[in-house]
Amino acid sequence: MTPRYAPGDAVRVRGKDKYGHVRTPDYIKGKSGTVAALFGEYRNPEELAYGGDGFPKKPLYKVSFSQAELWNDYEGSASDTLYIDIYDHWLEPTGEEE
Amino acid sequence: MSEAHDHPHEHAPSGAEGGYYAHRIRAMEALLIKKGIFTSEEVRRQISYMESRSPENGARMVARAWMNSEYRSLLLSDTKAAALEMGVDASGPVEFITVENTLEVHNIIVCTLCSCYPRAILGRPPDWYKSPNYRSRAIREPRAVMREFGYEPPEGMSVAVHDSSADLRYMVLPLRPSSTDGMSEEALAALVTRDSLVGVSVPLEPARTG
Repeated sequence: MTPRYAPGDAVRVRGKDKYGHVRTPDYIKGKSGTVAALFGEYRNPEELAYGGDGFPKKPLYKVSFSQAELWNDYEGSASDTLYIDIYDHWLEPTGEEE
Repeated sequence: MSEAHDHPHEHAPSGAEGGYYAHRIRAMEALLIKKGIFTSEEVRRQISYMESRSPENGARMVARAWMNSEYRSLLLSDTKAAALEMGVDASGPVEFITVENTLEVHNIIVCTLCSCYPRAILGRPPDWYKSPNYRSRAIREPRAVMREFGYEPPEGMSVAVHDSSADLRYMVLPLRPSSTDGMSEEALAALVTRDSLVGVSVPLEPARTG
């Protein structure tokens, strides 16, 4: 699968409408961030978890989020960052809907 | 091979220790061995492989990177190759990334979903790394967590948290402590703690003499 995003792209993690054994933790669902890096393609954990072969592979990105935006009353500097690795199908372009 | 015999008995006095999950794991292991999915020898070999890994591997890699800029570049661009150069075979499907602390950014690693950790290099993670307490707090209050480990980033330094929730495993290349000029690579490695490789703290300062 061709990566849909490139470093610098604004993205949002899909919300809680998606279920299953996934590698996307709840706390980041629905949050907006920026693609920091593309790591390449990896087998899809949602297929692997249920006995599948994980193909087609999914692009995996490192996505950055502002800590001050993630948490209420965050203690730290405005440049504090959280990075998390998210698969392509869990991301959507910011502003695409609503 | 010894696994060919029947299993009316237990191999090790395993029943006495551990709770529910320990018993369940033993039962599953016994079943998988009986079904021929793997052998008890393979289990033994894997355990001994895991036990041969330790934070000292990471410490040696960090000290080499402090001494040698070429090695530092290799560590940051290809952690597996850098491990191999130090005699640590981390080959396998898992990818490794080393993130570099700078005067501007301090890095800290967590796996909020489970306990992803660069085991093939550093061995098993410490218990606190797997605790729900660390996993939930490292993302939302990393500075408070670091204070509990005795570290407070200096004024103006930002904190970057890496949640290794997918296929990559992270290790931190800490800053070299001040007043370590002229120290040997071996002496430098002794300053690099496991905590500093996870980023909850920084390496030790060298002991003052005189």
